[in-house]
Amino acid sequence: MTALAGFTPYLVMIIGAAFFVVARNKSIQSVSGNLASLHSRPSFHGLLSLLWILIVGFGLYFVMLIVGRWVIDAALLNEIRAADPSLLDIQANLVLSDAKSLAQGNIASRTDELRVAISDRFAEMTFMHRVSILFVPILAGVAVGLWQLSKVAPEWRARNRAERILRGILFTCAVIAVLTTIGIVISLIFETLVFFDNLEWRIDKFLFGTNWTPLAGVSEGRIDPDRVGAVPLFVGTMLITLIAMLVAVPIGLFAAIYLSDFASPRFRAWAKPMLEILAGIPTVVYGFFAATTMAPFFRDLGDVLGLSIASESALAAGVVMGIMIIPFISSLSDDVINAVPQSLRDGSYGLGATRAETIRQVVLPAALPGIVSAVLLGISRAVGETMIVVMAAGQGANLTVNPLEAVTTVTVQIVMLITGDTEAATAAGPAFTLGFTLFCVTLLLNVIALRTVRKYRELYD
Amino acid sequence: MVDLSELSSRHISEEASRRARRRNASQVRLKVYGLLAIGLAALALVALLWTVVGSALGSVKENYITLSVPVPAAEFAPEGELTRVQAGRAAQAAVRDHMRALFPFADTRAERSQLGDVLSSGASFELAAEVLDNPELLDTDVEFQFVASDVADLYYKGFYGEFIAVPSSTSIRIEPGETESDANIFLQQNVFRNVVEAVQTELTRRADRAADAAALQDNGVRAFERRLATATTDEEREEFQTEITSRTTQRDALLAEEAALREQVDTAGTSDTLDNRMPSVLLKVGGGWIKLTEFQQQTAQGTIIEPVEFGEYQDGDWQILKNTVPEVARKVSDFQAVILEDLREMGVVEDAWNLRFLSSGDSREPELAGIWGAAVGSFWTMIVTFVLAFPIGSLAAMYLEEFAPKNTITDFVEVNINNLAAVPSIVFGLLGLAVILPVMNAIGNDDFRSAPLIGGTVLALMTLPTIIIASRAAIRAVPPSIRDAALGLGASKLQTSFHHVLPLAMPGILTGTIIGMAQALGETAPLLMIGMVAFIVDIPTGVTDSASVLPVQIFRWSDLPERLFSSRTAAAICVLLIFLVIMNALAVFLRKRFERRW
Repeated sequence: MTALAGFTPYLVMIIGAAFFVVARNKSIQSVSGNLASLHSRPSFHGLLSLLWILIVGFGLYFVMLIVGRWVIDAALLNEIRAADPSLLDIQANLVLSDAKSLAQGNIASRTDELRVAISDRFAEMTFMHRVSILFVPILAGVAVGLWQLSKVAPEWRARNRAERILRGILFTCAVIAVLTTIGIVISLIFETLVFFDNLEWRIDKFLFGTNWTPLAGVSEGRIDPDRVGAVPLFVGTMLITLIAMLVAVPIGLFAAIYLSDFASPRFRAWAKPMLEILAGIPTVVYGFFAATTMAPFFRDLGDVLGLSIASESALAAGVVMGIMIIPFISSLSDDVINAVPQSLRDGSYGLGATRAETIRQVVLPAALPGIVSAVLLGISRAVGETMIVVMAAGQGANLTVNPLEAVTTVTVQIVMLITGDTEAATAAGPAFTLGFTLFCVTLLLNVIALRTVRKYRELYD
Repeated sequence: MVDLSELSSRHISEEASRRARRRNASQVRLKVYGLLAIGLAALALVALLWTVVGSALGSVKENYITLSVPVPAAEFAPEGELTRVQAGRAAQAAVRDHMRALFPFADTRAERSQLGDVLSSGASFELAAEVLDNPELLDTDVEFQFVASDVADLYYKGFYGEFIAVPSSTSIRIEPGETESDANIFLQQNVFRNVVEAVQTELTRRADRAADAAALQDNGVRAFERRLATATTDEEREEFQTEITSRTTQRDALLAEEAALREQVDTAGTSDTLDNRMPSVLLKVGGGWIKLTEFQQQTAQGTIIEPVEFGEYQDGDWQILKNTVPEVARKVSDFQAVILEDLREMGVVEDAWNLRFLSSGDSREPELAGIWGAAVGSFWTMIVTFVLAFPIGSLAAMYLEEFAPKNTITDFVEVNINNLAAVPSIVFGLLGLAVILPVMNAIGNDDFRSAPLIGGTVLALMTLPTIIIASRAAIRAVPPSIRDAALGLGASKLQTSFHHVLPLAMPGILTGTIIGMAQALGETAPLLMIGMVAFIVDIPTGVTDSASVLPVQIFRWSDLPERLFSSRTAAAICVLLIFLVIMNALAVFLRKRFERRW
């Protein structure tokens, strides 16, 4: 029977559907079929019951599911401590997890009287928990349904009430985006604070130190503040971003100028989708391209020119990242250049300027804020880009501004820390701190860019 | 009064026309820059697709070797009952014994292990599975297509160079050499001319390298001599002196090596040694194969790989084959090459369309690895993403466009959504790791790491802003007259929105959703963060099974050293790109077909 607990959500839905029909029919009967004298249409009466049952039933189910486990764990830990007060917290937890695996018929690290007793208690409480999550939401759902059913009457304002609930649901959906942001900020800040606390608040060591080997020697306990200098990562990220922008900005901008002011409609019709395809290619594909084609190409080119170019050079990763960013720059710039009013262009032509002069001296200055924000958005993309650099850039923190050498970036280090072999709790500190830094920088760039665009739009609207 | 003639002279003078030319030239320049920029972008796109497709072509076909292997019931089912484990073990032994019987000259341990590398390690398990399905095959000789191993497959596809016959028209005599495995070869004419050239190139390269190394040592010697001159203490002097002596000896040794190599280059063609850095030269004669190790103008010495009948052979009865890819540069040794050539001559090698790649799950062996597991994982992940992101996104857009009061809270939500759209995807992965994974694990009381449920949820949060922004634009495009008409007929605000605005905005909302989903399908970084990078062979059957997804599979394969895996990676990229093209085409179709201009 306890296996039925998993079916509670379905049962709640069935009950909801049943009450929908019942409430709907009751409303029709209450006016003996003369629907015009009902305040709300019959289906709104049904809908109101349904919504109430779903909210109460599902809410109780999930709350009981999670809270129930906490309660059981807390109660059992108390019993363990009562039985043997000499146990440390860790030992008590070990006893508890052993007891749980005993209860499920698995092998425990040790079997003794206390564990068997606790495992019996655990089985007992789990059974109670299962039974309660099977019955409580269903009974509550039925009760709420009956309560709503009793209210059904010709002048009952079911529609207004149902719509208020639906509006609440819509609002909740809109708020999820905000909750996501809050979740991101809280989780990042929490781990960052723990990490800085481990460093004894030597934040300057993180921001200005030049030696990045955060996991060396962590087995001895504390993280060494002298080994978490993130400057090599910042410099590496900036170097790759700079190379990417040196590729993307000229190509993107010239492409946008040509497409908006010179290209024939036919040329535009195939050139724009071509650039959009570039934007739709997944970054992991760019990473593959960078690692298998561009990097060897640059290395061989270096051999020909007599330069030694590392096979994980910043140049290869940066150039490929630039290719990825071209469409962002070009489509955003295209938009802002097109948004420059025709009257400005006409005025310039009227004074005898050529098209090139009009673009250089009238259109571009007018579109400058928009172009700047396009570049800022491009930078924010480049800074946060992960797969290309994970696959094509270096992994060692190497403080250099030479584009021919291997450098590492913030995102590469996050991936290495999280997917590495080190224990998750230890690696999370530096990784989340870097993530928080990344979040702050990109957020700042976005806010500035969006604000510039908004101001600029207002100028010509 | 203005002198008009002077004014017009400003416009017709020589200087004026020069000015005009300059201005027009600068316009042409700008145009050229624009075209150049678009050309470069197109070039990058073509180069990218070219690399991927070119590399993926190596995975379009795969090689099979058909062998007739005895399947004794005594081995496969010793107790009268076929079990998977026993049949697998017996099949492995049967295939191994059959190969050894075919090639009895593989008698050393190393040769036998090389022989074992010709067929894929999964091939015998496929035979076992075949026998399990058809027990009537027991005690018969089963004709079965065995998958070639990755190196054999690449050899047949020509990735390790090809053994090409050297033209010759002379008779040859083979005599036993000093030991049992050596042979002496006597020819009427010199047929080694174009082998000599390759040997010379290699020797010259080695001489150059020795010269470079000698130059480095020489630099060292001079540097230490300079330091010796300025050294102050005896200790230092002694240290520098020893350095100088050792470096001088090394330099002189290298110079001597260089001189010797140069001399060999000059005398090449009289007597040369072939080592494994030089092109491989094989002699196919008398029912066997000899690998040449040394050759003079009309004589040669070699190692016998496959036993040869000694004697005299006429022109046309024998062949000299040369592979310009040296043995060290390929995964297939000359011994294996002989086996593979023999198999090819037996006519048992054939290639077939590589359907296995599309139908099987991941594997450690590149020739067995397939994309189906990852494709199904991607499917489940996308289902989760769609189920979460589509309703939440469109309802949120509906609220913001139709219901939200204009106040600071709404403004804040709007700014928030716009900024969320530009948060790096890896940060969403960190959110998934820190919040979503633990919460889901608590709800389900299970470990959901690498389940599509978690990955899909993270991707849904990531695509939500894209969907909301697109949906809002679609809802905004529905003209107010529609709303006014519905309200005028007595519909409530909510009825207006759900019954009239939403259906009209639906094509736009769906287009935005599909574009967001296409983005999510190609996303890798957040999934790496939540640990969706495990090696998973089984095809997932639901959203809570462990699964891999296409982009993560591409990332994992691209990291593996086997050469065939890089071709498999490119093929997987092609599959991913095809899915993306289909999704985007669907979005374009929806937009073209259903979107109304008001």
